[in-house]
Amino acid sequence: MTAGAAVRTETKIPALEADGVSFSYTNGHPLLEGVSFSLFAGDILTLLGPNGSGKSTLLDCLCGILSVRAGRVSVNGADGSSLSAAELARRVGYVPQTDMPAFDFPVRDYVVMGRAPHLGLFETPGRREYEIADETLGSLGISHLADKLYSRISGGERQQVRIARVLAQAPGVILMDEPTNHLDYGNQIKILKLVAGLSERGITVVLTTHMPEHPILLDGMVGILDGRGGFSMGSVAEAISERALRDIYRVDLRLVYIEELGRLACVTGKLKV
Amino acid sequence: MRTETRLFSGRDAVLYSALISAVIVLFVASLAVGRFHVPLKEAARILASRIVPLERTWTPQMENVVIRVRLPRLLGALIVGGALSLSGAAYQGVFRNPLVSPDLLGVSSGACVGASAAILMHWGAFAIQASAFVMGLVSVAVASSIPGFFRNNTTPMLVLSGVIVSGFMTSLQGLLKYFADPLDELPSIVYWAMGSLGSVRAGEIKTVGFVIAAIMVAVVMIRWRINLLALGDSEAKSLGVNVKRLRSAIVLCATLMTAGAVCISGTIGWIGLVIPHLGRIIAGHDNKRLIPVSILLGAAFTVAVDTCARNLTSSEIPLSILTGIIGTPMFVWLLFAQKTAI
Repeated sequence: MTAGAAVRTETKIPALEADGVSFSYTNGHPLLEGVSFSLFAGDILTLLGPNGSGKSTLLDCLCGILSVRAGRVSVNGADGSSLSAAELARRVGYVPQTDMPAFDFPVRDYVVMGRAPHLGLFETPGRREYEIADETLGSLGISHLADKLYSRISGGERQQVRIARVLAQAPGVILMDEPTNHLDYGNQIKILKLVAGLSERGITVVLTTHMPEHPILLDGMVGILDGRGGFSMGSVAEAISERALRDIYRVDLRLVYIEELGRLACVTGKLKV
Repeated sequence: MRTETRLFSGRDAVLYSALISAVIVLFVASLAVGRFHVPLKEAARILASRIVPLERTWTPQMENVVIRVRLPRLLGALIVGGALSLSGAAYQGVFRNPLVSPDLLGVSSGACVGASAAILMHWGAFAIQASAFVMGLVSVAVASSIPGFFRNNTTPMLVLSGVIVSGFMTSLQGLLKYFADPLDELPSIVYWAMGSLGSVRAGEIKTVGFVIAAIMVAVVMIRWRINLLALGDSEAKSLGVNVKRLRSAIVLCATLMTAGAVCISGTIGWIGLVIPHLGRIIAGHDNKRLIPVSILLGAAFTVAVDTCARNLTSSEIPLSILTGIIGTPMFVWLLFAQKTAI
């Protein structure tokens, strides 16, 4: 069984592959140094790392917003740098950290922007595109938001709408930069459930987070950026240890197995010892 | 999901037909109004006779006034108003700021310098226009290249460059005015800088007007992409947009249209700022709707204002005076009506 799975993996083309990706901002020390990994359809990769360790930069490199200094990114076996911007956008979708558009659009108009890479330069979205936007909102159970203004909905709703936009884009790979940022605890879990749902649809997801609980809950792959350019990746069991977490966050962190839940939990020690 | 029927149906069709009707009514009414009165019905018939054969119920004098004198001027008003409003809406979208007007990068102040210099040289009407057009474009070219020297291609840097170039051009304009002959050249310069459609010729409409109309069509076709720029550079990039190229193309189109409009009418303030704002209240921020609505509103507004300009007093009132007097209180009202943070 496991041998069979291994063989199947061998012959499959990775949905997203980074091969020796290196990046440094002008006149800065290298931020990413030889980052390599392969992800297949439906894989989830959660990136952990201290502030400034290059998590967002790695996402920017993966979707072509930044050009890598060395190495290459492949999507479905095609070299990312050989694809046109629109072709790349049809394959890789990106949900950056929340910020407000300069103009306040109704949610439907906002979601339909995800169709941009599927439309020609002089095309405007027609009935079909708005139908896709409505269907996407429906599939996330947020049809009632369609006519509301983007600025007038809550933070949690906004994040769902942003995910609706990237789903309307219909890419095979979705990158999310801190999708749970600024959300209350309930909404954080809601978004994680949504991410797990994307993976079930066969979409490959790479997300960043500051919460070590999140990769444990998502139970996919974990990538750790150490802030000195280094990158290591493994399953939750392989990559997440008390030692690894203390290296990232420099506080007393414990991993505890909770019998009732049947999973590991990450908790901090007392504030005052 | 049967919600899509609401999207294009009723609302947009009603909005567009209302605006188009308003433009047509104002246009025909303005053909009739003036020192030489032409009955409204006859004005409409004279205009229609150009397309379908009609029995002549009007005098040759009426036909002469309507076709030779008022029609070119009104076409000029349509084109200038439409072009300035479209440029304003496009500039606001590209610079992600609803308080931007099409002269942000110095096209108007540059054009003023070009026209003033040409007037001081006693050049002809065509040379004045050409000089205004070229200097308008030169100002924008200088303003757009300044950020490159600082290797800082951000929007605030570009806006700052526009302020710098406009300031410089305004000083040059002051210098030219200072040297101008106060009896002859100075009034021409001042009159030109305040804008007027009084000297529009049919020939200009056919040449400059045609070029402006062609650019308008291009911007109308690409208009939805301006929405994507509102998301910010990296988000737009992640949607497959070549942000730099799209932004430059739209700035170039809007600048050419504004410079062309300035050629026809001299500089006219406020239209490019106030009309897109009004459009945003009526049609929302979606450029798919906003751009056509702004063009129609701008055309209607300019026709109405120009009609006032030539009828309110025995002599012509420069357009910028009227657009300022009407535009500023209107702008205050628009800001009040929106109440949202700018």
